[in-house]
Amino acid sequence: MKYFLTRVLPPTLILLIGLTAWEIFVRVRELPVYILPGPVAIVQALLRDWATLYPSLVVTVLITLGALTAATVLGVLIAVLFAQSKWIELSFFPYAVILQVTPIVAIAPLIIIWVKDTATALLICAWIVSFFPIVSNTTLGLNSTDHNLLNLLQLYGASRRQVFWYLRLPSALPFFLGGLRISGGLALIGAVVAEFVAGSGGIQSGLAYRILEAGYQLNIPRMFAALFMITGTGILIFILLTLVTHFALRRWHESAVRREG
Amino acid sequence: MREAPALVALRGVDKVYSNGVEALRGLDLAIREGEFVSLLGPSGCGKSTVLRLIAGLGDPTRGAIEWADQRRDIGFVFQDATLMPWATVLNNIYLPLRVRGMARAEAAPRIERAMEQVGLAGFGTAYPRELSGGMRMRVSIARALVAEPEILLMDEPFAALDEITRFRLNDDLLKLWADQHWTVVFVTHSVFESVYLSTRILVMSARPGRVSSEVPIQVPSPREPSFRTSHDYAEQCRTVSARLAEAMRS
Repeated sequence: MKYFLTRVLPPTLILLIGLTAWEIFVRVRELPVYILPGPVAIVQALLRDWATLYPSLVVTVLITLGALTAATVLGVLIAVLFAQSKWIELSFFPYAVILQVTPIVAIAPLIIIWVKDTATALLICAWIVSFFPIVSNTTLGLNSTDHNLLNLLQLYGASRRQVFWYLRLPSALPFFLGGLRISGGLALIGAVVAEFVAGSGGIQSGLAYRILEAGYQLNIPRMFAALFMITGTGILIFILLTLVTHFALRRWHESAVRREG
Repeated sequence: MREAPALVALRGVDKVYSNGVEALRGLDLAIREGEFVSLLGPSGCGKSTVLRLIAGLGDPTRGAIEWADQRRDIGFVFQDATLMPWATVLNNIYLPLRVRGMARAEAAPRIERAMEQVGLAGFGTAYPRELSGGMRMRVSIARALVAEPEILLMDEPFAALDEITRFRLNDDLLKLWADQHWTVVFVTHSVFESVYLSTRILVMSARPGRVSSEVPIQVPSPREPSFRTSHDYAEQCRTVSARLAEAMRS
């Protein structure tokens, strides 16, 4: 109840006020729907076009989740590799940075030309955008183990493998989860941007393609409806990953434990 | 009285860190079996360095560390409890046995016993952050205890605790020392704590660190909390304080 009052109610109120103001603004100024549709028109478009929008949502979500899974698995593996030796990290980390800072819009056309299967190409684009926070955070986490705990394990004659499993991996967990939350949003952005660039038609079309299509047809309410679905998906991913973080850390990490006043 | 042979001895040890700091110069000391030795000195006199060298966490720049026959099993207790925050009390104490490859079921009774010995019974499923500083230190001691070390190295273990907690842990530690036939090397900067606990105090002087004097402490055994308020205790504290003041002047 208290959670609802402090966390859910205020943003919901703001949302309702904003939507109402938007609707009033559109009606008072008598703006045509092809310039700016009001929330009511957008919801109508969402319901009317659900049959075409929903399959597109599924396509985009699948690419996003695929990319996020790949980013998690490969990101952690790369971070573990980096943590094995300072030399590996120093030699390869700059290339991870290069991949991260190169705008995906600039390289997406290349990837789409090189990779025949569109879905795979989109997956690769979304992965490139989303893997860096996981690599960078997990690497930092693996290197942040308490030195005295490392000393203690050395004293007890622990092997490298034991040090890794007993100490380094668990102490990297909060860092990894922090990276994962950023990567979740980036995977969605990567998927949508890549879809824009690909612009392919056919049955495999995601929400970005629906936005492009609605733009050509000047069907602005549908454009907004697709946009809302993307935003909603992003929020949902964020909430889910926040919950995962909370349940993984709630017993021991300061970030997840409530402060007593 | 004939002295017991040295369990471990540091002979002419110099330690210079890679950043150029000279921590120890020409340090000689011997720890005999069953002793409770305190290293007493100001901050930066290399007390902790001595412990680290005995533990094998680093090599002396010059000189040698000699063990009586072979290197013994060592327990180490750090100033902060140094627990794994993600693991329960039980799993924290299990750590040394887990490293040795002992199965959980086999280790369970030993963990249970160690927890009882330090007064942690019933706290097995708690996480470190849920415990007070004193309780965390008890977990740290239990973790050292469970591996059944022959020599226990303690690096200012009670320095961050309040006095009431410290006194209780002092008494508990003395009891464990008597029961377990441990050899303890205890680093502290408290004159009162060192006199209360030790059979022998090595006073160290700083920059570079070396042993400046040695004070044996005579106490009727077993030690009782009443020792803390005795005239004898005050007398020996005065002696040790004078030696410490001397060490800091030189």
